Amino acid sequence: MSRMVVDCRRMLCPMPVIKVQNQAVKMAPGEELEAVCTDPGALNDIPAWSRINGHEVLETRTEGAEYIVVIRVGDS
Amino acid sequence: MTQQRKAVALISGGLDSLLAARVVQEQGVHVEGINFYTGFCVEGHTHAIRKKDRAKPKRNNALWVAEQLGMKLHIVDIIEEYKQVLFNPKHGYGANLNPCLDCKIFMVKKAHEWIQENGFDFIITGEVIGQRPMSQRKDTMPVIARDSGATNLLLRPLCARNLPETLPEQEGWVDREQLFDFSGRTRKPQMALAEKFGFDDYAQPAGGCCFLTDAQYSVKLADLWRARGEKSYEMDDIMLLKVGRHLRLSPDFKLIISREEGEGNFMQGYRNQYVSLKTTSHPGPMALVDGVVSEQDLQLAARVLARYSKGKTAESVEVEIRDMDANTRCLKVAPMGPLEIIPEWIL
Ligand code: SF4
Repeated sequence: MSRMVVDCRRMLCPMPVIKVQNQAVKMAPGEELEAVCTDPGALNDIPAWSRINGHEVLETRTEGAEYIVVIRVGDS
Repeated sequence: MTQQRKAVALISGGLDSLLAARVVQEQGVHVEGINFYTGFCVEGHTHAIRKKDRAKPKRNNALWVAEQLGMKLHIVDIIEEYKQVLFNPKHGYGANLNPCLDCKIFMVKKAHEWIQENGFDFIITGEVIGQRPMSQRKDTMPVIARDSGATNLLLRPLCARNLPETLPEQEGWVDREQLFDFSGRTRKPQMALAEKFGFDDYAQPAGGCCFLTDAQYSVKLADLWRARGEKSYEMDDIMLLKVGRHLRLSPDFKLIISREEGEGNFMQGYRNQYVSLKTTSHPGPMALVDGVVSEQDLQLAARVLARYSKGKTAESVEVEIRDMDANTRCLKVAPMGPLEIIPEWIL
């Protein structure tokens, strides 16, 4: 399955969350969305937002100065 | 079975909106949260910048509140629309550049639009009469309800019993008897209610929900508007107002000097949008130039920067000037003496 990637580099929280949220509403349940961020706060905020709104966090990882969060869009 | 009613609660991340939403949830109403991001919110941001703050656990309080309540949270970016609220507040500013009353009206208006689009029945806020001198007064409560267009669909569960009945109460969607009559600046009833619900780790913002209530921040924002000859800003401007020392060296430009490593790293990200300076012969901070500069201005900026470097007592300090296209050159300057820094420069 293809995976959407949103570029949240240089954005400060909560902008990465807003970007992920606005992309997720356009996607179908089960599709995957990857956010590439530079604000480490995203590692907390995107998973918190996902838990609340019924999306599954598949992966969070740090690659150098970048923080990556992958979610699977839920059906709400 | 009667239909389950749906409400949207304005969530700032503070205790009052947490309690207001909870009180209505208790009555069997389906509640979702809405949080507006103006660009000035205290949330996030600074965590990512200053090194000493990085060690602290970071959390977005609005998200935390939603998670405590087991409800969805919709975060709405109102950065662009908010400018008009801040530039021309009909009801004026508070102690600083905070247009609280207009801000509240605007947010409730947006929430009212949102419930219409999403099929929700009413709006909840955590407002308490007398809690805040500008926006939460007995006489401003009806103004917010009226000017936002929400009228009787706006319920304030924490002080509802001091206010006229709203539609949710009239229709029996919520029981007025189980709402509250808090008033005044005291926080005691809120704290008691928090304890009853078992909330203990809630955020307690000092001034308000945003940087506009901060005196120093407001001084810098007012300076920015004065220098530009109009009220305007971009996201980058308002982010940079949160970092560094700002020195207005002339009406045409100001110098932003990092105060520590975290700020320096953050400011590095702006080197393609601003001319930047750093000392090369001695360790020191980095600086961004905001505005239009002549050669003479750069000399001045370099001397000021040298003053804040480890070479402040040296005879001369080398400063690298980098333009937005990454072309660099070096200036050799005498650091300013302590008395040459004019206090009025410092914003
Ligand atoms: S403190 Fe800021 S966000 Fe809160 S009401 Fe006032 S202007 Fe609006």
